[in-house]
Amino acid sequence: MAEVDLLMLHEITGPLAIRAFEEMGFEGVWDPYKVVVVFDHNVPPSDISSASMMREMRSFVRAKGLTNFFEIGRGGIAHQLMAERGMSAPGRLIVGADSHTCTAGGLGAFGVGVGSTEAAAVLGTGKLWFRVPETFRVVVSNRLIEPSSPKDLILEVIGEIGMEGAIYKAIEYCGEGIRAMSVDGRLTLANMSIEMSAKTGIVEPDEKVASYIRDRTGMEVELLRSDEDAEFEETFEFDASKIEPLVAVPPRIDDVRPARELEDIEIDQAFLGSCTNGRLEDLRAAARLLKSKKVSPRVRMVVAPASMEIYREAMREGLLDIFVEAGAIVCAPSCGPCLGMSQGVLGPEEICVSSTNRNFVGRMGHRSSKVYLASPATVAASAIVGKIMDPRDIR
Amino acid sequence: MNELTGRIIKYPDNVNTDDIIPARYLSSMDMDMVAGHAFEDYDPGFKEKLRDRCIIVAGKNFGCGSSREHAVIVLKKVGIKAVIAESFARIFFRNSINQGLLALQLDGSSEPFEDGDSIRIDLDRAAVENETKSTIHRLKPFPRFLMPILNEGGLVPYLKRRRGWELQGPL
Repeated sequence: MAEVDLLMLHEITGPLAIRAFEEMGFEGVWDPYKVVVVFDHNVPPSDISSASMMREMRSFVRAKGLTNFFEIGRGGIAHQLMAERGMSAPGRLIVGADSHTCTAGGLGAFGVGVGSTEAAAVLGTGKLWFRVPETFRVVVSNRLIEPSSPKDLILEVIGEIGMEGAIYKAIEYCGEGIRAMSVDGRLTLANMSIEMSAKTGIVEPDEKVASYIRDRTGMEVELLRSDEDAEFEETFEFDASKIEPLVAVPPRIDDVRPARELEDIEIDQAFLGSCTNGRLEDLRAAARLLKSKKVSPRVRMVVAPASMEIYREAMREGLLDIFVEAGAIVCAPSCGPCLGMSQGVLGPEEICVSSTNRNFVGRMGHRSSKVYLASPATVAASAIVGKIMDPRDIR
Repeated sequence: MNELTGRIIKYPDNVNTDDIIPARYLSSMDMDMVAGHAFEDYDPGFKEKLRDRCIIVAGKNFGCGSSREHAVIVLKKVGIKAVIAESFARIFFRNSINQGLLALQLDGSSEPFEDGDSIRIDLDRAAVENETKSTIHRLKPFPRFLMPILNEGGLVPYLKRRRGWELQGPL
């Protein structure tokens, strides 16, 4: 059994957790300061049922005096929010009722997704059982060469390890290629660990992590790392300088191919956003390509910054203006488009190039629609041309 | 519940929780309605198969992807009694225990099983017999550490009785 440092609930998995918590007979939550409640999946709500679920969450938040509640318009996608509020810190055990809770590993935290009933158990007891996982080590030498990005690197890793290759394992990311990466990029890496069915992904924390958290909270963190003599079940080595713009071809996340091999595929939609790639660095990469250009007439482009903080900063930097000028629509921070819930659902046979994390059958809409996963730069390049496009081929 | 018999629905590797229940149905708390859409996109024949089958046998990484516990809730609601797979995605496996759904790991391959076969699961002997083909296969023993939760019928009744954790022994 382990003591949990933070628990996250959102409006889709949260109501089930609240009901289980009440059925278990608990009254007060174990620690009202350690429960994070975020509305992020269908924001703002697109139907009465979603609105009702949010209503149920709000009244629980009030009744239990939960202090970390993020109302619509004041937060963003939970995993990004928990990073930028300094909650995801090295050494913390973070449990979230969402599979992408592993994103916290970008800042050296141990973040794991759970179901609603376990979230309820944590609400009541503050504890959960864990199996100590074996660890895979991903060592990345050299640096990424633009426009290749952390998304391309993690797609390469997933292509190598496979979508079932890391079941119940923890993945540790280290090496020069990782140290050279910003916090934004590290969050992208950790985020997609779950796509290999890993328990979590942790980026070895360094001074960049310490200063990120210091700047946001004034707090000094201890940079907990693996012991010198730690044992790893397997080590995978990658050379970042050799990573090209890549695309994961549906319906398999591990069917990863160079974007250049897919340049004859016409697209209907381009989506930029999500807990994987809706951060400032991602928006900047897309805006660099879209500046003074237009989205292809055959394509609609949807942009959703991952949090309100990113939304405002992108506004100040003029990035949102570049998107709108190019013919894209800028939406609220929300998971909606990624899982076919709202703000960009795909119709029959439609094809989307997306900066998100899953290309399952029907993930973004109709069962015959298709999702090609790529980096923000590849999404932008494809939006301009109307076909899947390597960003190096845009001039 | 130490023995269970039934005909199987066979699925391949990497069935994900979006396959089991698409996200568009998650903005509802009406689980009977949600359950009516189980496997809707992935296997449009699923409802028909439920007439005379109650066990799923699948390949590797069953239940991968999203953490949605709805995936387990709907399988229980439509009458699935057990899922046997070569391996389970971690969150789905935990959700199954917590909902009292039998999630059993088949050592080796699920190949000897064909869609529609009749099988008998013997939990005490950690074995599964394919009655159609007259073959016997070993299951991975269910972790004893977690038996108390399964025996109670899930984590809600387990914690309702105890108001805390009493799990003991190695995992």
